[in-house]
Amino acid sequence: MTDSLETSTPGPDRTPRFRPRAVRSRPRSTLTKSSGLALGIAVLWFSILVLIPLAVVVGTALAGGFGPFLSTLTNAQTFAAILLTLGEAALVTVVNVVIGTIIAWVLVRDKFPGKRLLEIIIDVPFALPTIVAGLVLLGLYGPRSPIGIDVANTRAAVFLAFAFVTLPFVVRAVQPVLEELDPEVEQAARSLGASGRQTLTRVVLPALAPAIAAGAALSFARAVSEYGSLVLISGNLALRTEVTSVRILTYIEGGQGAQAAAVATVILIVALLVIVALDVLQRRIARRG
Amino acid sequence: MSIRMRAGRLAGAAAVAAMMLSACTATVDSPQGAGAPADGGDVLNLVGYAVPKAGNNAVQKLWAETDEGAGVSWVESYGASGDQSRAVEAGLKADYVHFSLEGDVTRLVKAGLVDESWKDGPTGGIVTSSLVVIAVREGNPKNIQGWDDLIKDDVTIVTPNPGSSGAARWNILAAWAHAQEKGGSEQAAIDFTTKLFNNIVALPGSGRDATSAFLAGTGDVLLSYENETILARQNGEKLEYIVPDVTLRIDNPGAVLKDANPKAKAWLDFVLTQQAQAEFVKLGFRPVIDGVEIGEVEGANDPSNPFPTPGTLVTINDYFGGWDAANPKFFDEENGIITKIQVETGKSS
Repeated sequence: MTDSLETSTPGPDRTPRFRPRAVRSRPRSTLTKSSGLALGIAVLWFSILVLIPLAVVVGTALAGGFGPFLSTLTNAQTFAAILLTLGEAALVTVVNVVIGTIIAWVLVRDKFPGKRLLEIIIDVPFALPTIVAGLVLLGLYGPRSPIGIDVANTRAAVFLAFAFVTLPFVVRAVQPVLEELDPEVEQAARSLGASGRQTLTRVVLPALAPAIAAGAALSFARAVSEYGSLVLISGNLALRTEVTSVRILTYIEGGQGAQAAAVATVILIVALLVIVALDVLQRRIARRG
Repeated sequence: MSIRMRAGRLAGAAAVAAMMLSACTATVDSPQGAGAPADGGDVLNLVGYAVPKAGNNAVQKLWAETDEGAGVSWVESYGASGDQSRAVEAGLKADYVHFSLEGDVTRLVKAGLVDESWKDGPTGGIVTSSLVVIAVREGNPKNIQGWDDLIKDDVTIVTPNPGSSGAARWNILAAWAHAQEKGGSEQAAIDFTTKLFNNIVALPGSGRDATSAFLAGTGDVLLSYENETILARQNGEKLEYIVPDVTLRIDNPGAVLKDANPKAKAWLDFVLTQQAQAEFVKLGFRPVIDGVEIGEVEGANDPSNPFPTPGTLVTINDYFGGWDAANPKFFDEENGIITKIQVETGKSS
């Protein structure tokens, strides 16, 4: 375990690219006592909080074989909920990538009154209990909307709730990287004859890509699991506005733990695929720089 | 971002987390005022669904004045009924449970935590009771008088989701009972319930969520419980309600766990006294025993006659053969009648 973890961990002293295979896979330990302890703590903590619970979910889903698994997924109501959740989460993630990067850009590069306030308020969706968020959204964008926008009980409400709880992820991932990115590099690119567009796609975006991808992955993963903020405003209507977490709750309430775990497993697998895909994409863009 | 800000955010998050934790489990001091139990004092763990909390607390105060209840201190946990029941099944300590649905106690019987004889008491295991009612906006602008008005084209309905909220099933079955009584057949009930679902614009996660959504402006009609509506009106919310001619009695069970402190049994006996039931009555619950003196109930349509008798009051046991029969028939995830209607109406709109 030590070996596989160590070789796959990117770090400043990463194994040189052209090292012969045999050498690379040979067990060796460069761990000092203290870093070994840190690794031990990391693995233990990660196992307690993530690996074991996830294994239990997948195990519960597959305990009854593939029969109940398939019957769950072919249930029209459940399938519609999965499609809706994944679709809206993807849409929100794309929007977050664009808007989140712009917000981060504004926060880092521009000076304007109220900047410090905006800086702090960005994180509020993290702290606000989601059911409170749902009440606020319903009050503002429901039937009694003071600004005349009523999205309650429509798919737009699902999008709205997802967007609300995932806003900070891309902003907070991109911001520190952008702070490190010296504007002089862009000026140098411009003075060497690069167009504005070239500077953006060849200099800025490759540097930001890993951070944007990380933020996008978090934002997608958070959206697919959202429950609290949307139960009030989405209406939970079968085949229309019902999301997977409501389906899962329905299965649990009906005493069907395996079915609940099956839906959760599908969401987990898709989230994993999306995170991997984002990573691949991010590496491609970063390499272009 | 400065380190100080980050620390501030962490502290904020920690404070929120702590608040949520402490909201889940609260210790109620005994009237003697000791936070920790006095020497030899009994501690009872109450796990229940959220709605009757105020009633339970009032009854606890009364009980503390009796010889039996003196010196008992309480550790209480309130939340969604199904969640609370699953928590007890998973090991949450409880001496006495008070749920909204019989199935939540049945779960504990199956887990070996509650004795099978729990329904043998004078009230069949029921400790609080109410009715399904139709709540409408102040002034009743759509002139709703009963179930049949709910399937008119221009009426929109909010009711909790019968899938995720077990307690929401009372509402749907009340509508079903009305249609079956009136139409005389199961097909008539299916037709009526389908039309009802066509008018439903939101199915929030729980009864309380449904009330919140309704008060925020969703729908013309809220299917609710009489006690929930009376409580909302006591809290100054602007809504009215109609006790329909045919409706379903809501029965909330209470039970003592097998290895509970012996005081818990005495508590349950006390809950079923006239004195204790009168406290629940003040909060809009109907008494589960005869002879309870019903005074003015603030928040009721007519506070001096708070509990009018409906023309036909059906019960889950007599009319639907109990929850053990009704749950698979109506709410099975694949073949339940209501589940199918829900999917069917979802497709058509």
